[in-house]
Amino acid sequence: MTTPTAQGSNDKRLLEVKNLRKYYPIKKGFLRKTVGYVRAADDVNFFINEGETLGLVGESGCGKTTVSRCILRAQAPTSGEMLFRTGDGATVDLSRLDRKALSPLRSQMQMIFQDPYGSLNPRMTIFDMVSEPLLISGMKDRRKREERVAELLRLVGLRPEFMQRFPHAFSGGQRQRIGIARALALNPRLVVADEPVSALDVSVQAQTLNLLLDLQKRLNLTYLFVSHNLSVVKHICDRVTVMYVGKIVETATAEEMFARPRHPYTAALVAALPVADPRIKTGNVELPGEVASPANPPSGCYFHPRCAFCIDRCRTEAPAYREITPGHFAACHRAEELNLAGMA
Amino acid sequence: MNQPSDPLLSIRDLKVHFFMDEGVVRAVDGVSLDVYPGQVFGIVGESGCGKSVTMKALLRIVEPPGRIVSGEMLLRRTNKKGAAPDIVDLAKLDARGQEMRDIRGGQIALIPQEPMAAFSPVHTVGNQIMEAIQLHRNVDKKEARAIALQQLKDVGIPEAEQRLDAYSWQLSGGLRQRAMIAMALSCNPALLIADEPTTAVDVTTQAQVLRLLRRLQEERNSAIIFITHDLGVIAQVAHYVTVMYLGVVVEQGPVDDIFHNPKHPYTQALLKSIPSIDMTARADLPTIKGSIPHPFNRPAGCPFYPRCARFMQGKCDKEIPALLAVDDRQRVSCFLYHDQPAEAAPVTASVEAAL
Repeated sequence: MTTPTAQGSNDKRLLEVKNLRKYYPIKKGFLRKTVGYVRAADDVNFFINEGETLGLVGESGCGKTTVSRCILRAQAPTSGEMLFRTGDGATVDLSRLDRKALSPLRSQMQMIFQDPYGSLNPRMTIFDMVSEPLLISGMKDRRKREERVAELLRLVGLRPEFMQRFPHAFSGGQRQRIGIARALALNPRLVVADEPVSALDVSVQAQTLNLLLDLQKRLNLTYLFVSHNLSVVKHICDRVTVMYVGKIVETATAEEMFARPRHPYTAALVAALPVADPRIKTGNVELPGEVASPANPPSGCYFHPRCAFCIDRCRTEAPAYREITPGHFAACHRAEELNLAGMA
Repeated sequence: MNQPSDPLLSIRDLKVHFFMDEGVVRAVDGVSLDVYPGQVFGIVGESGCGKSVTMKALLRIVEPPGRIVSGEMLLRRTNKKGAAPDIVDLAKLDARGQEMRDIRGGQIALIPQEPMAAFSPVHTVGNQIMEAIQLHRNVDKKEARAIALQQLKDVGIPEAEQRLDAYSWQLSGGLRQRAMIAMALSCNPALLIADEPTTAVDVTTQAQVLRLLRRLQEERNSAIIFITHDLGVIAQVAHYVTVMYLGVVVEQGPVDDIFHNPKHPYTQALLKSIPSIDMTARADLPTIKGSIPHPFNRPAGCPFYPRCARFMQGKCDKEIPALLAVDDRQRVSCFLYHDQPAEAAPVTASVEAAL
């Protein structure tokens, strides 16, 4: 599949996130005075083209979940714009809409959750869960809802007869299919998938990934694929965005990101990935120390205390996030000059 | 790798069953394996394959209604002051007895999966490590503290002196896992069991922890049983690999053979189903049909037959294939290889001869 890159005209963009910030206040003392902020998302910029899969990658605490929750408006961002092109072609800024204005847009953005055990209510039948969004959106006729649920279950590879059962009767892989059916009930255009396969057994991960790819082709879905598993990201995503301590450090096509990373952090992530081949030794990556705290980030480039390529400028000046080569963005002072190793 | 003649641990036909009200769950159903000194022995398998229960049985910490039904777990125990090593069957020891308590932590130590849950939040990390040291070594509190401090330094914890008096919740995930490793190593165990030690940590921390384990293992020449579901991790750390499925061993062999010449249809399918570097992006991944059966619905015959691409009607669904050697390196429990007469001697016989 050929991938539209950054030059892709703006009308291909389904979502454009500009300068998104989400700060959580840290409150202390009897008066709950704000003493600081956790900068969970700090000046985040990216876009997603219609029909593509954008991978959002980073370690725990880097802000990838915060960004996806802001896009779905499960949380209100502190500042920034999130331009979403609605089904009728208009562009709206999701960050400015209130509850009422958001409600017709909710059906166009849905989420697939990480944990197929925690995300299904054990007291509701499959029909109740998958049809709840239909009911809320005004489909009052039960027979119509049953037809739609049957259609959805077939779509995700489950037998429609299963709809009166409860979640406990299903395996992890089947539960994740139910979660996917529920997310697709209202024909969304953007699907945020937060680690959709990481809780599944290895032998059922492949089935679920194939299903996601197949559904994307059939329904022209756009995915924001949040994951820490780089081999899965490389397989499923068109483009990849890497976050570190609330900031985006690099964005490129998946192919280029793995072949020629421009940010030392991305290169470290790629090198740390354990490859399932004993003849290829990986993991020989020198990344000292720990991930910085977003409440108290280091000066200059947030990555500099751990970076093997750090120069004086990195300690004082935050690097600009800029286009290094067409479609390849990075936030590193030395992105142009460094020749970082990718994957063989 | 060259294996010295005497295994450190030999598990023979171990069966651990859970006697529930609803029926019997055969969590471990005839597992045999040998671990040699200086070896990283990888056990890989998906949920319910019995890899963790096997290790609990080894430490004799299987909770009721689980019980070791049969089998042997022979540990070659090194005694103090140059006495000849003796062989003890862990399955026959009293789980609460002094002998087992000495082995647990002293000879065999465990690195659990969740370091957050494994440390007590109300005692300092140092006190917990010192308690383990004082239980197994004849030292006073001051010496124990010095040993604990050295252990923390050995696993690469910066500012070890301050960390010794810290509580586990004050440490980051990576440091906590390192402290856990320090505690497990504090009594110089001959065998270290690492149960998914990197599942709960990030990719870069995982690389650090794996490198640390490899370095410590080489320095001390101890044996590590490394349990994981991550085929990438197993390829990177293990010398020898055992693949388990639903309580049985389906394949055993050196890591290179398992990854480059897998014999059992399950191993073959599992390796194909993970996205690899040289795979065309977005192409359909080869899958294994169906899912892991519920423990109460265990198939008769070979446990993998309902999902197997090379299922033979009337054979695989009737009989249970034994784990047999297919050549001088690999052992497979699959009827596809049973008709080959070449050296197809049962594993148990060949190993008993070696003992």
